[in-house]
Amino acid sequence: MKRIGETIMAKQRPLSPHLMIYKPQLTTMMSIMHRITGGALATGSLLVVWWVVALASGAEYYAFVQYIISHWMGQLVIFGFSVAVFYHLSNGIRHLLWDFGYNLSIQGVHRSGYVVLAMTLVLTALTWASVWMN
Amino acid sequence: MMENTSMRSSLGKVRGLGSARKGVSHWWLQRLTAMGLIPLVIYMVISLVFTMGGDYIKSVAWLQSPINATVMLLLLGAGFYHATLGAQVIIEDYFSNENRRLLALVVVKLTMTGLAALSLFSVLSVALVQG
Repeated sequence: MKRIGETIMAKQRPLSPHLMIYKPQLTTMMSIMHRITGGALATGSLLVVWWVVALASGAEYYAFVQYIISHWMGQLVIFGFSVAVFYHLSNGIRHLLWDFGYNLSIQGVHRSGYVVLAMTLVLTALTWASVWMN
Repeated sequence: MMENTSMRSSLGKVRGLGSARKGVSHWWLQRLTAMGLIPLVIYMVISLVFTMGGDYIKSVAWLQSPINATVMLLLLGAGFYHATLGAQVIIEDYFSNENRRLLALVVVKLTMTGLAALSLFSVLSVALVQG
């Protein structure tokens, strides 16, 4: 037997104005980006699993994985993964600071938001500059 | 009908909703793993870039040091736990149908557990067998 709520309410209930009517802001965009990068990292964990499995499988299979990853598309995926790591790491620290009671004013939320964006940029640049120089 | 003397509704009880003295554990473990992951991720990135550099011999040698192997095991353990907790929140937010939500949770949790087991075993097999 279906519950009353599902049969009657579900179709006729009016919807409140949805996400699209709101102007994009630093706070909202950074919030959804935290979730998106988190989801990307959970999916991208497959790369890490693949890497350790390749290490455990021997030099021959490792070389095969390296051959695939050295393609520009593979490099692009790894670059994207690194950006997601640094954003989620930086913004995660911002979240932890909120949990400890810091940066909770509107000003603090905005200031720490810009710091996170800058940190993401700097960490990504530093990492890839080091990769190319090594 | 029995009189309901607690603050919780009968429906809430029978569906396992609300706090049963461990309502905060999901929230807390998400933060605990997050704090642990900060140094682990930084150590891992630095090692990948400066010590391993994508080289097979160097990577295997790196993993055979007890400290590095421990970092890797902790990173994978905390990482997959953190990811599973996060995925659970996302699923609970976007799946309004209870059956589909439960199915998605089961699939994601089992998949994450399988990936964690595979990667942890791989690390141990490199760190222990040849070391």
